[in-house]
Amino acid sequence: MRADFKELKMKADSLWDRLIGGQGHWIRIGSDLSGQSAGSEGVASRFEQEIGQRNLKAIVTEVGTLGLCFAEPLVDIVSPNMPRTVYGNVKPEDVPSIIDSHLIKGVLLKEMVVGVFGQNENNDLPDIFQHPMMKDQLRIALRNAGHVEPGNVNHYLANDGYAALHKVLKTMTPEEVCEEILESGLRGRGGAAFPTGTKWKFLAGAKSSPKYVLVNCEEGDPGAFNDKTILDSDPHSLLEGLIICGYATGATKGYIFIRHGHDSPINRSWRAIDEAYEVGILGTDIFGSGFDFDVEVSLTGDSYVAGEETALMESIEGKRALPRYRPPFPAQFGLFGKPTNINNVKTLSYVPQIMLNGGKWFSDIGYGKSKGTAILCLSGHLKYTGLVEVPFGLTLRHLIDDIGGGSSTGNPIKLLQTGGPLGGVISSDRLDVILDFEAMSEAGAILGSGGIVAADSDISVVDLTRSIIAFCQYESCGKCFPCRSGMSHLLEILERICVGEGSSQDIELMRSVGTNMQAGSLCGHGQLGFNPVSSALQYFGAEFEDMISDPNRDNGRNATWYSPLRTRR
Amino acid sequence: MPQRVREKVDLALRSQRQHTITVLSCLLAVQDAFGYIPKLCIDQVAKFTGSTVNDVWGVISFYTNFSVNPPGEHILEVCWGTSCHILGAMDIAKSVLEEIGLDNEGTSSDGRVTVRFNTCLGACANAPVVSVDHKLEGRMTPDQAKVIVGAIKNIVAEDLDIES
Repeated sequence: MRADFKELKMKADSLWDRLIGGQGHWIRIGSDLSGQSAGSEGVASRFEQEIGQRNLKAIVTEVGTLGLCFAEPLVDIVSPNMPRTVYGNVKPEDVPSIIDSHLIKGVLLKEMVVGVFGQNENNDLPDIFQHPMMKDQLRIALRNAGHVEPGNVNHYLANDGYAALHKVLKTMTPEEVCEEILESGLRGRGGAAFPTGTKWKFLAGAKSSPKYVLVNCEEGDPGAFNDKTILDSDPHSLLEGLIICGYATGATKGYIFIRHGHDSPINRSWRAIDEAYEVGILGTDIFGSGFDFDVEVSLTGDSYVAGEETALMESIEGKRALPRYRPPFPAQFGLFGKPTNINNVKTLSYVPQIMLNGGKWFSDIGYGKSKGTAILCLSGHLKYTGLVEVPFGLTLRHLIDDIGGGSSTGNPIKLLQTGGPLGGVISSDRLDVILDFEAMSEAGAILGSGGIVAADSDISVVDLTRSIIAFCQYESCGKCFPCRSGMSHLLEILERICVGEGSSQDIELMRSVGTNMQAGSLCGHGQLGFNPVSSALQYFGAEFEDMISDPNRDNGRNATWYSPLRTRR
Repeated sequence: MPQRVREKVDLALRSQRQHTITVLSCLLAVQDAFGYIPKLCIDQVAKFTGSTVNDVWGVISFYTNFSVNPPGEHILEVCWGTSCHILGAMDIAKSVLEEIGLDNEGTSSDGRVTVRFNTCLGACANAPVVSVDHKLEGRMTPDQAKVIVGAIKNIVAEDLDIES
């Protein structure tokens, strides 16, 4: 079926207007992975049950997240003649009183309100955009998160959706799309920060066919959940970016690569794909342009290294996820030996807005060579944990003290662990570092995929490093000897330091192992695998030395320690 | 292999949603259908994908979510990621393992529950997190974890309700 954009848009707009401007109530419940972990399902089913029993005119929709995860479960209600209101920390037993007050009497339950959207009559309620966590955000990729039903093509169409794709297919050549992305200064958000436009041009220039574009949502980094949350909240944004990428590079098939077991991002991605096929936005001759594109979800098993671009291709081919030698590079010899491009979820989710507003608009946002926004996951000992999208250029202090609300425990924040397990730790006395790819790596902590875990003064750096290296050891794919053996060796050393059996040569020994890993490993897992230790030594070297020289002193290390028994042998 | 198992495997292999069928995708489908990979079906997966038994074993042994032994009736995963670790995952793990009577990952002697460490369940903002049969439970405490284990132990499979 050939889609007519105008027709689709008109239908979607009228459906949307009825939802937000009609006579009924629209209740949105934040139920991404983090909402689910806070109990959103129980709240949603209680709403359904009460509304059914009382025969109210209301629709309950499970949506993604507004990012205020610390206040989950979040309930966001639009009612006639009332401001759009977000209630926080809602438990199933709170539902009847919210219904009595908000839906029936038309009175807000003030004590549970996190914020309202826009003006309210007496100005006595907090504006949600003035919340410390929301105030400095600029939501481009996350603009629809928490607003639309994930995967619902009409909701997406009614919110600027597929307008960029329509514009691109109708008015631009693939070269012009690549140029626009190049002009925007967009860089890959998966960790390597490679210019996206250049990457697209590599694939566009490849001669062989078919070509593939892959979306990396393996996201095994502990502390990062932004890719999964985008798929959980607004998978159509990613899908639109992916189709545009396909057009710009001459690819005909896209794969969304997700780890098996994360059910809701997987199911919501499938729903988006299904609905896009239904209205003709995927398939053949999209918008009458002659451009054909297919997308499917590809699942992987539990393997962190599967997120490495060449291992990812092995995994889609159904093999053990072991990285390949490069060259040949993926743009020449990728998935099934064909030219291939791999982009992160966040990277592609920016593309529709860039194509609508122009590359220059995007490049005006940000700092230095880091254009646009950073999508960050705040977790650990922070008052406000969750997902934020902020322009590059803020300081880490601003991010932690203002947006994150500072420490949640009363103890001062001691360190940040950033960029996932292969990233590093950064001491809290370096919080003047600017949020920027270059500045962060100079400080010894990479921005990586955007996970920022804060830890307070009670945390032992040595214990934390042991936990991170244990992860890296468990996840080493085993292909390269320096990584496979080096990780085990590092873990062995850290384990003996933690139980008070460290020796004075251990720190030097770790450095030597780390140097070999860096030099002799094929992929980032081994090359960067010493980062957590080297950055911990850089900022907290004395703590390691203390633990070695005075093993009996209580220095906050965890007495209990478990690690998985399973291996990859 | 019993005909019934063969048919169930066959159905799982044939009802995969995506077009790209591989050894890995087939194994995930079998694991979804059975909760583990019955050794008897490895040959069937090899035939279906035109690969060898060796290839199939290679994939099973690489991805740590696969198991060739049947798990307990319920799977309790304790998140072991950085955010959870900082917020007390080890205490949660200790509490869970003590309550079940295990020293580390494994299945309880009554076959009721399998405990595993997961490297990241993806709900870091509400750490520490555990999951029971894929359902996430955040902001966990050692005491709450005991309540969850109690619910799994005492309640018949279908009625599992950890809210109460």
